[in-house]
Amino acid sequence: MSRIQNTFSRLQAEGRKALIPYVTAGDPNPAATLGLMHALVEGGADIIELGVPFSDPMADGPVIQRAAERALKFGTSLRQVIAMVAEFRKTNADTPVVLMGYANPLEAMGYETFGEAALAAGVDGVLTVDLPPEEAVERVAVLKRFGIAPIFLLAPTTPVSRMQAVAKLAEGYVYYVSLKGVTGAANLDVASVAAKLAELRAHISLPIGVGFGIRDAESARAVAAVADAVVIGSRIVQEVEQGEEGLNARVQGFLAGIRSALDAA
Amino acid sequence: MAENKSSYNFPDLSGHFGQFGGIYVAETLIPALDELRAEYEKAIKDPAFMAEFHYELKHYVGRPSPLYHAKRWSELLGGAQIYLKREDLNHTGAHKVNNTIGQALLARRMGKKRVIAETGAGQHGVASATVAARYGLECIVYMGAEDVARQAPNVFRMKLLGATVVPVESGSKTLKDAMNEAMRDWVTNVDSTYYIIGTCAGPHPYPQLVRDFQSVIGEECKVQCAEQLGRQPDAVVACVGGGSNAIGIFYPYIEVPGVRLIGVEAGGHGIETGKHAAPLTTNARPGVLHGQRVNLMQDENGQIVDTHSISAGLDYPGVGPEHCHLKDIHRAEYVAANDDEALAAFHDLCRFEGIIPALESSHALAHAAKMAPTMGRDQVIVVNLSGRGDKDIPTIARLDGIVL
Repeated sequence: MSRIQNTFSRLQAEGRKALIPYVTAGDPNPAATLGLMHALVEGGADIIELGVPFSDPMADGPVIQRAAERALKFGTSLRQVIAMVAEFRKTNADTPVVLMGYANPLEAMGYETFGEAALAAGVDGVLTVDLPPEEAVERVAVLKRFGIAPIFLLAPTTPVSRMQAVAKLAEGYVYYVSLKGVTGAANLDVASVAAKLAELRAHISLPIGVGFGIRDAESARAVAAVADAVVIGSRIVQEVEQGEEGLNARVQGFLAGIRSALDAA
Repeated sequence: MAENKSSYNFPDLSGHFGQFGGIYVAETLIPALDELRAEYEKAIKDPAFMAEFHYELKHYVGRPSPLYHAKRWSELLGGAQIYLKREDLNHTGAHKVNNTIGQALLARRMGKKRVIAETGAGQHGVASATVAARYGLECIVYMGAEDVARQAPNVFRMKLLGATVVPVESGSKTLKDAMNEAMRDWVTNVDSTYYIIGTCAGPHPYPQLVRDFQSVIGEECKVQCAEQLGRQPDAVVACVGGGSNAIGIFYPYIEVPGVRLIGVEAGGHGIETGKHAAPLTTNARPGVLHGQRVNLMQDENGQIVDTHSISAGLDYPGVGPEHCHLKDIHRAEYVAANDDEALAAFHDLCRFEGIIPALESSHALAHAAKMAPTMGRDQVIVVNLSGRGDKDIPTIARLDGIVL
């Protein structure tokens, strides 16, 4: 069984929901990422979504755009992000790491080269924001050959026919985008998320994570009541943006607050 | 609107032009693109829709645009005869309005009350603001902060027309960043909003529908060449940023043998300096940006690199997927003209023909000026004069050290 499957089975047995924090690799600088990943685990992360910075992050709001700009100032590349995961794996064999980003860095590296390197480093999944099922079939086949789970997005606008298309390709979990908008938006509507998730579950048997717009214990707990996993990105990147001093402790503390809210629910 | 091509039939059903094009966007937008495609397919088969489109082109835009023999300039160059397809004479001063009328009619048909657009030089922004005023739609235009600074007259024009201009401060603050921001707006307001993309780029079906709306240029040109020359030209030359004016004039010629199709990209400070916007000329590796797979200026890690051109409208790291395909199948050729060559052609057209061309179009003129002397006097080059240069007057004055 894969690390992602293991994680969800264990949580299900314990009656708990997965907490999935996001940070952009290389933000605030490449040397900081490894420590930050361990701090996320200490704070209660079950899976880490590690952002691969891209020059044109079309689906991201200003907070994650700025994170990508900081990371790219140091030239953080996909190859370097994979190397960071390899470093992380030296002391953490269990926490799944999913790379999240845009299609072009993968296109530039090539899926074969990427798959080989990602497998060797201990990467568990890839979420490519601008790679819908229409363009994904051949690329996903390569990833699966290397045991890398393709994570797909589903949205409030997704009709049933597309849920079925995603169900055929996806592995690991699916990521439900809670709102029409970019990351870090402030218009989360938990009731409509609950309704859409009920519809999704009729077509998709994988665990469903929910992200975009979750920023505190209250919204996390509300979403966790209907989802299998809660994804928090912009709110954590805001902590990173506050400066490197005391960063790991600050992020760990923030995440621990979310963790205890989820576990108390 | 272009007729069905017998052997050239792109894009395919999945929106690909050979290995290029496609639909690389976040899931939230896919249903909106599906809806657009379905509505577009209905609209082009609807005689009432097409009649209104052509009525507007004739009575609001002022089409057909003339095909003009630039005799004096041709004489001075001493070779081929140069004819100009006068898109600069369209209402709003460029070819962009052909497309914005088509898309605004689509938006209205789809019940969308709010339109958004990205703009580089501001021509597409102006054309969008114009049709929004004409059809009573709210209009938001995203424009890179650097372009807002260098295209001040167009910014004010858009405001006069009732549009809101949003300067985009992220990234390189030019056209690609404006497009990123427009995509972010669209994903947030997808129910109420129609995104009017200004060039033959972006996710399917945009490259197709922009081409179809712009192909009125080439359709007219074929008729005018037959009337004025009794034959078709030896070469058709057009500037290429995203490539909408070029595809508009090229498309009806794709299956006409003997007509060379030449796209002219922005050579900037010179191809060898790396400071340019010429992905096709430099054989840039294919990559994915803005919903499409195209030849793309990028570094070895797949990050998009900053481009340079004197003309904001050509300052884009990619190019429409159909141009990539036309290059791939050797039907069209792509070359570059540098900033200084475009400027020289700009001044020549002003002085010898009494026409102030847009800096974008001046790149096409510059290449025609290189070609003409190598050709016979009985040969013909048609240059698509895609826009007029009034908007560039402050830029030219600044380069000449003149304070207006």
